[in-house]
Amino acid sequence: MPAVTETLETVQSVTEQGYKWGFETDIEMEFAPKGLNEDIVRFISAKKHEPEWLLEWRLRAFKAWQAMEEPRWAAVKYPPIDYQDAYYYAAPKRKAAPKSLSEVDPELLRTYEKLGIPLKEQELLQGIAVDAVFDSVSVATTFKERLEKEGIVFCSISEAVQNHPELVRRYMGSVVPQGDNYYAALNSAVFTDGSFVFVPKGVRCPMELSTYFRINAKSTGQFERTLIIAEEGATVSYLEGCTAPMRDENQLHAAVVELVALDEASIKYSTVQNWYPGDAEGRGGIYNFVTKRGACRGARSKISWTQVETGSAITWKYPSCILQGADSVGEFYSVAITNNHQQADTGTKMIHLGPRTKSTIVSKGISAGQGQNTYRGLVRIGPKATHARNFTQCDSLLIGDRCGAHTVPYIENRCMTAKVEHEATTSRIAEDQLFYCRQRGLSEEDSVGLIVNGFCREVLKELPMEFAVEAQKLLQISLEGSVG
Amino acid sequence: MLKIEGLTAEVEGKPILNGVDLEVPQGEVHAIMGPNGSGKSTLSYVLAGREGYEVTGGAVTFRGQDLLAMEPEERAAAGVFLAFQYPVELPGVGNATFMRTALNAIRKSRGESELDAMQFLKLARQELKSLSMPEDMLKRGVNVGFSGGEKKRNEILQMALLRPALAILDETDSGLDIDALKIVADGVNALRSPESSTLVITHYQRLLNYIVPDRVHVLVQGRIVRSGGPELAKELEAQGYGAIQAAA
Repeated sequence: MPAVTETLETVQSVTEQGYKWGFETDIEMEFAPKGLNEDIVRFISAKKHEPEWLLEWRLRAFKAWQAMEEPRWAAVKYPPIDYQDAYYYAAPKRKAAPKSLSEVDPELLRTYEKLGIPLKEQELLQGIAVDAVFDSVSVATTFKERLEKEGIVFCSISEAVQNHPELVRRYMGSVVPQGDNYYAALNSAVFTDGSFVFVPKGVRCPMELSTYFRINAKSTGQFERTLIIAEEGATVSYLEGCTAPMRDENQLHAAVVELVALDEASIKYSTVQNWYPGDAEGRGGIYNFVTKRGACRGARSKISWTQVETGSAITWKYPSCILQGADSVGEFYSVAITNNHQQADTGTKMIHLGPRTKSTIVSKGISAGQGQNTYRGLVRIGPKATHARNFTQCDSLLIGDRCGAHTVPYIENRCMTAKVEHEATTSRIAEDQLFYCRQRGLSEEDSVGLIVNGFCREVLKELPMEFAVEAQKLLQISLEGSVG
Repeated sequence: MLKIEGLTAEVEGKPILNGVDLEVPQGEVHAIMGPNGSGKSTLSYVLAGREGYEVTGGAVTFRGQDLLAMEPEERAAAGVFLAFQYPVELPGVGNATFMRTALNAIRKSRGESELDAMQFLKLARQELKSLSMPEDMLKRGVNVGFSGGEKKRNEILQMALLRPALAILDETDSGLDIDALKIVADGVNALRSPESSTLVITHYQRLLNYIVPDRVHVLVQGRIVRSGGPELAKELEAQGYGAIQAAA
């Protein structure tokens, strides 16, 4: 059998069984009625015992959403989404909120264990605190007390609404307003949970903070909202991971992440996105429509986004930085893989407002199978951003001859002293590269893995150690059998 | 070690090898010479198992195994090493990482333990030293930004690390100046052993001044038309391939 045919067959067998996070947890759930209307928004707010202002806030968002239209400019194709045919609230049933990990439903702990995220603190990776979000609610947050000693708040956003309403009220929506875009408005109306991080003035967070998102229930959308605030001189590194069961239906994930960095604060936000990508024929998979934005409000503040996007049927995501403070720095490092029928339209926006602001964009897109991968990025330099600098590098790697790579950079410069650079390349994994590796004894899969990891090296080295190893493995799994 | 019988092969439907018979016993160095287009590179690719080089007949036995039934990586694990005429660039892949991954893949398939980064580095440094190559060779991306000579030396370094039973040098002399040629030849000679065999494929006799073969074979139009001792190479150098082609 010629190697190509054989490989194609491997692809199929791998993609059919390859998503090892595709199991479903059998647990009693509580749902809001299907569909979306004002009553559902009120239901969610009431379920979470929210203050009146937050309900008003949600209702305003819902009104805005009703008047908006789904964006159509992204280079992705999908059938119309019936927003009335989904559950907007699904939570594991429980009598009272668990006060400690020992009160968390053992079935949930087992689920996270299966995902490789043990929630028992003694088993945790040293130095990583985890918030676990299961469908609509946060089920556990680890190392809370230790962080509290430093004055750091790390909890679910629902808890933050109860315990730190002044912080939530002040910052939520200040980076991504309710009416920012269609999905952000939807999220603002129906967000159910997510993580909240507050690092006070001068504190360096002593451990990595991490949220692990899991969609479990059928026909459910996940709308989480994450808010991270780093006060003057504070430093925090935050990791995000996500998986979902394998299903034939498409499920919607529309998250909002807001980051605020004050003077000299630094936030590093890393994502390894591994939502179920759908099967080899393109059935099922998560629609990942996410708004992520960080505001460098203070002078010399820094926000760095690193993302490894291997999952989802469709990814629509542009983690951005608003560089307001003088000398602030924004970074975006991205690896996006599309295999089989996956589509990704992802990139960043770097909005330079303050003087001497600096941004770096490194995007690596990998397309295999019939995957379509688009880098879409905006670099905007305002008139006051004197001596602002941007460097952008977009590289695309093609595997096979049925996939596509597209690069759509927008540059808007209103300042004479600014310097903007853009470099782009497109290449293929060449047959001679594969043969070279195999002649040296590497299997075909290992050869592809090695070549792809080499291609992504600049981005992977930005990830925290534990994540980098995980991400490397994930890249390889996502591309298994993609040669041919 | 290697026995080729009646080997025929085609590329894109065009017959290139038309019945090659060749035997390379253990411990010997054989040279294959021939004019451009005679099928020298095709022979090396067929032996290494490159896709697109379709075997249409004949047999190849390597240490008693049917070589043609094996995947390229299985051939590598069995001890076949091809030094490429045009070594390939792998951007972003560190040379040390590449060589360690390759060495460990081969060690694993032989049932030997894998080497960790430190053990590998120690071994690699020894080999670099004996080949008088600079250490920064390990830190750079595989063949990226290497000069022609550096690429060929990098091939010899890999060969030294992998210690193949059969090394095939495909026009290793092409594009080398005389100094680089000497370094490469010294490397190959240092690796000669009674346990391993070498197949040197070349257009020119020049390389054979430095790597003296036990046997020389002349490949013309996909067939071995003459075989002889090292003196055959000199004869070819003096008379050119024309005379032999005419005789064939």
